[in-house]
Amino acid sequence: MERTYRTAPQYNKFACIPSIPRRISTREKRRVRLDADKLEARGEPLIPPIEASASEPAFDESELVAKARTGDARAFSELVHKYERKIYRLARHITNSDEDAEDVLQEAFLKAYEHLDRFQGNSKFYTWIVRIAVNEALMKLRKRKSDRTVSLDEPPTEGVEDPVVREIAVWEGNPEQRYSQDELRTILDSAIQNLKPAFRTVFLLRDVDELSTEETAEALGLSIPAVKSRLLRARLELRERLTRLFKKKGDDVFAYL
Amino acid sequence: MLTCKDFLRELNDYLDSTTDVELRKQLEHHVNECPNCWVIFDTSKKTINVYQGMEPKAIPQPVHDRLMAALERRMASKSG
Repeated sequence: MERTYRTAPQYNKFACIPSIPRRISTREKRRVRLDADKLEARGEPLIPPIEASASEPAFDESELVAKARTGDARAFSELVHKYERKIYRLARHITNSDEDAEDVLQEAFLKAYEHLDRFQGNSKFYTWIVRIAVNEALMKLRKRKSDRTVSLDEPPTEGVEDPVVREIAVWEGNPEQRYSQDELRTILDSAIQNLKPAFRTVFLLRDVDELSTEETAEALGLSIPAVKSRLLRARLELRERLTRLFKKKGDDVFAYL
Repeated sequence: MLTCKDFLRELNDYLDSTTDVELRKQLEHHVNECPNCWVIFDTSKKTINVYQGMEPKAIPQPVHDRLMAALERRMASKSG
């Protein structure tokens, strides 16, 4: 069995980009790589491989954080620019409200700025600010009357032991080709929105933001087994929903379990 | 022999390639023999991939501007 989905090709397909501005994110790399794959499929030559940079960003963030701690406003702004989109997306997904998400975004960065001296250099800045943002977002949810019980600490009510698997069907082609970016985004967002906050937060951090299990546990104040069981639940629920939409018609013939 | 339930329980670690070698072999064996589990594995992998391929939407400019303004006010009050 190949380990296809998280591992990068062994050679550097984006070596052809002239002078790379700043560091590039894994996501940008992936997009470039997709383009490179198309080139390759057309039989067009790729630049010969050079030493592929390690998967970790070469950029040393601790320096930036250290500068920000001394009161360097520009350094802190750079951290804001780097993470605001992700924090805003996370906040929107948790609160399901643009207005609350904006409050969360502001509070998270303001608190981070205020308490930068408390940030321990032994974790990533992003993990730290995610934790602040998640707490702010959960507070927003608790303030809404109907959602008084929302908590990440609460054990999920459904048995994690018996995840739901009903749709057994292969997908029709590639959703990225079948739908426009906007359509696909709407589908994916609404699928995620149907998960409980405890599950969707774990999924977002682990699979969308690509934090490790340990980082996710740290950011959410959860145990590692809790992160793992919630992630499995979230993945299977999303798989279920997406399969309902993306499956080959007439292909769901198996009964299961 | 692994059952489908066993496979499902280990699916996460299998997707993340974090199982030990022995278990991995057993899971591979199961997924190659069991069409249902193969479909679950394949569609789970695709689910993760399709989410990972999604760019975060650009932050609306007014939201960004208000964030920066709030930070500037805080920074000014701190240094002042």
